[in-house]
Amino acid sequence: MAEAFHRRIAADGMAVRALLAEIRGWLSGRGLDDAACGKIEIVLAEALNNVVEHASLDPKDEIALDMTLAPDGVGVDLRDRGAPLPGLTPPRGDPPPLAGDRDTLPEGGFGWFLIRTLTCGLHYAREGGENHLSLRFAPENKAERNP
Amino acid sequence: MKLEVTSHEKVRIITVPEPRIDAVGALRFKEAMRAATTDGPDHVVLDLGQVRFVDSSGLGAIVAAMKQMGAGRRLDLAGLTPDVAKVFRLTRMDTVFVIHEDAEAPLRRATG
Repeated sequence: MAEAFHRRIAADGMAVRALLAEIRGWLSGRGLDDAACGKIEIVLAEALNNVVEHASLDPKDEIALDMTLAPDGVGVDLRDRGAPLPGLTPPRGDPPPLAGDRDTLPEGGFGWFLIRTLTCGLHYAREGGENHLSLRFAPENKAERNP
Repeated sequence: MKLEVTSHEKVRIITVPEPRIDAVGALRFKEAMRAATTDGPDHVVLDLGQVRFVDSSGLGAIVAAMKQMGAGRRLDLAGLTPDVAKVFRLTRMDTVFVIHEDAEAPLRRATG
């Protein structure tokens, strides 16, 4: 049986923070272990913060999140009416290099790398003035107490 | 963001008494770190034992906190919880910082 979770939130950081806490509770309440919940929380934090910081939305504009939990894993769809991703393509997410002395260490650029590393599927489309990002997570970390 | 600062002879321990360093709090964290590291020992340990979650903005702020301390001074990390450790490991930032099991470890080394 698949279970579904839907929310619409304001496009601001505090609303993202509250939603992440709610999602974590929802997932752990359905038997996902801490590692799986952590993985999903990191990816959704990066994806939602990207929208808040780069989509040029007004804070009163909304971001829609639809999540399904099924035996074949977790799927999340994010939709917003903000600016499209540059080139209509999600960045490759190459990790910034760490070589060199500490003054040149990167202080950003890890968001898409984390999203791509921790998901098993990612799809972006611009449809009808809307950004639609689909993320998939493999099911391997479901807690044993709740198979 | 309020940080808890404990100074020992050779090491200053800075504890983050909050569950998250994220996009909302990253800038305030960086500024609080600047205030907490302007003076004191050259060796600073950031105790993240109460922090459950760091996103890429929080990670960037920790790197920035280390860079703003200036050359010749050192920022170590301690007490990484599982999700925080995962972010440091995946981004390989765990190769940039010395990471201690807990904030007491560098003190034991400094005195023992």
